[in-house]
Amino acid sequence: MKPKTVFSKIVPYLLLIIITLPIIVGYSWIIISTFSTKTHGLMPVDRAGNFGGLTLSNWNFIFEPEIWLVTFNTTILAIGLTLGVVVVSMMAGYALSRIKFPGRKAFLSMTLILHAFPTVTLLIAIYFVLKWISGIPILGRGLPIIGGFGYNTLGGVILVSMALQLPLGIWLMKGFFDNVSWDMERASLIDGCSRFRTWREIMIPQIKPGIAALSIFSFIQGWGSFIIPYSFMVNANKATVATYLNNLLSETAPTNYSMVAAVGLFQLLPVLVFYIFTQKYLLSIFAGGVKGSS
Amino acid sequence: MTITINNLVKKFGSVTAVDKVNLDIKDGEFVAFLGPSGCGKTTTLLMIAGIYKPSDGDIIFDDRKVNDLPPKDREIGMVFQSYALYPHMSVYQNLSYPLRLKKRPKEEMKREAQRIADLMGIGHLLNRKPGQLSGGQQQRVALGRALIKKPKLLLFDEPLSNLDARLRISMRSEIKRLQRELGITSIYVTHDQIEALTMADRIAVIKNGVLQAFTDPESLHDRPKTLFIAEFIGNPPMNLFVAEIKSENGKLYAIIGDVKIEIPDVRRPKKVVNGNVRMGIRPQDILIDEKEGFDTEILFVEPMGRDDLIVCKVGDMQIHFLVDPTTNLKAGNKIKLKFNMQKCQYFDMETDLSLLWN
Ligand SMILES: Nc1ncnc2c1ncn2[C@@H]1O[C@H](COP(=O)(O)OP(=O)(O)OP(=O)(O)O)[C@@H](O)[C@H]1O
Ligand SMILES: [Mg+2]
Repeated sequence: MKPKTVFSKIVPYLLLIIITLPIIVGYSWIIISTFSTKTHGLMPVDRAGNFGGLTLSNWNFIFEPEIWLVTFNTTILAIGLTLGVVVVSMMAGYALSRIKFPGRKAFLSMTLILHAFPTVTLLIAIYFVLKWISGIPILGRGLPIIGGFGYNTLGGVILVSMALQLPLGIWLMKGFFDNVSWDMERASLIDGCSRFRTWREIMIPQIKPGIAALSIFSFIQGWGSFIIPYSFMVNANKATVATYLNNLLSETAPTNYSMVAAVGLFQLLPVLVFYIFTQKYLLSIFAGGVKGSS
Repeated sequence: MTITINNLVKKFGSVTAVDKVNLDIKDGEFVAFLGPSGCGKTTTLLMIAGIYKPSDGDIIFDDRKVNDLPPKDREIGMVFQSYALYPHMSVYQNLSYPLRLKKRPKEEMKREAQRIADLMGIGHLLNRKPGQLSGGQQQRVALGRALIKKPKLLLFDEPLSNLDARLRISMRSEIKRLQRELGITSIYVTHDQIEALTMADRIAVIKNGVLQAFTDPESLHDRPKTLFIAEFIGNPPMNLFVAEIKSENGKLYAIIGDVKIEIPDVRRPKKVVNGNVRMGIRPQDILIDEKEGFDTEILFVEPMGRDDLIVCKVGDMQIHFLVDPTTNLKAGNKIKLKFNMQKCQYFDMETDLSLLWN
């Protein structure tokens, strides 16, 4: 018996290690190369090709004001996108899950079709829409921080990203609301809640894992988004971390891959932090007060 | 609070879940809705609670039509089969939630929650989450939450069906005692007839959304107006078979196969069409009588604990009845049976209506 159990314990690990090896090597390379002048495989080397050449110079970019501008922008974009998507999805998902209204089915299938559209095909049309929004006083380009909702503003990028992310969010939230027992909602209505209060105080707490999941998806989407800020913000160098990174690749010749890796790692950190803070909800299994019907 | 229901109808698309139900419930009365699964009990209850809007008809509380009143303004409390506690709130928060929604002061919430919790025997559990309670404790919390705002009407939707048999019996008497002490008008949905028969002042029997009867447990059991009620009420179920009714020398006889039994004058079926009726007799009204009984043979014996259920052959029908287990009867034994004809029921073959009570 014993050798078999040890064997059956080792095999899955072995398999997992083999499968994840390329990813582990990739990340290791990124981390090592950010602190090296050059690398040979995973080995840091100096210009002459000898072992060594460790340096912090790749991280010099964090002393430039530009990186902090794009970091700030990206943060605003990610947070704005997350808030917008989560709030709208929570409301729309609830309505689609619980309330009967004409066009409900059509709306659901429409959002799914919209989600299937590749972003690139929409870029030109969106450009005209944003240009038009720019013409609206104040809302267009006169707001603090996000600049407005028009062309070449952070708000415009948030607006477009939200629109593209919402179908997923709404469907996800609808699915989570579908699984909350009707009886609980009915009980709260009888206890004296208005429909809105039921939504806020009774329903939302039941779908916290879903909200956490959607927040992470949206945050990561916003943090890493490239095509939309690249298309609708004029100065890529001053838009988001992703466009900044792209600029680095295309404008400096020859490309300093160690520096690109450093910026990439820099971009990765907030996502990791965000994940650590929300994984508790993601992984939580609810100890519910509802037995029997679910 | 009195509740009057006039011609209540609920349609879900093409399905009619509740069909022209009329009820009048007195102040302080305990009414049970009894019927098979899917007959529309919950739907009726949810319309009374204001969760569903009636498709047609009126619901009147005291003298006020409440069709369009939202649930929160109806002064009702409800207990669900699934308990429907709020899992993210502690027992204390669950209990005091209705008061919080009424913006009552903190001290009152504390005092009332403690009082109700003590009344329900869960005073020591106030800081737990619902997930950390047993089913019985959860149902007590749910009951407490329904009671705390002193509702004028209590609604129960199969509140005990998730509990084990013993707990169910003790909760049954507890709910009944509470209801009587507090004098709150109550509607109790169940498909367990023993629950309905033991707890309710009056029982509304529903079948396919149509009200079959609305009367006290005794008349439901002893004077069923339709065949459905006779079949549905009583455990083990009533024996039902076809009998021919014959009049000879001014006396009335029921003929079952080759057995001929005299029908006493007080129990004469009215209006017998074509001589045949559906005759019913409860298992407990069949006795062994070695002198006057008719001959039968035991097919099998089924022990049921307190009694043995005996199945006998009469003509080409099977008759069920109960005997004391100490009689030690076995399959194959020949015995003589006598019907207590004072307790017999007769139903029209076509309309299924009682020939005694209509
Ligand atoms: N929301 C709904 N949409 C469509 N049909 C429904 C809905 N709710 C109930 N029904 C139908 O109405 C009928 C009555 O349902 P109801 O829940 O009132 O039955 P019930 O008597 O409570 O049964 P049970 O004892 O199983 O709880 C059923 O045929 C059911 O399928
Ligand atoms: Mg039901």
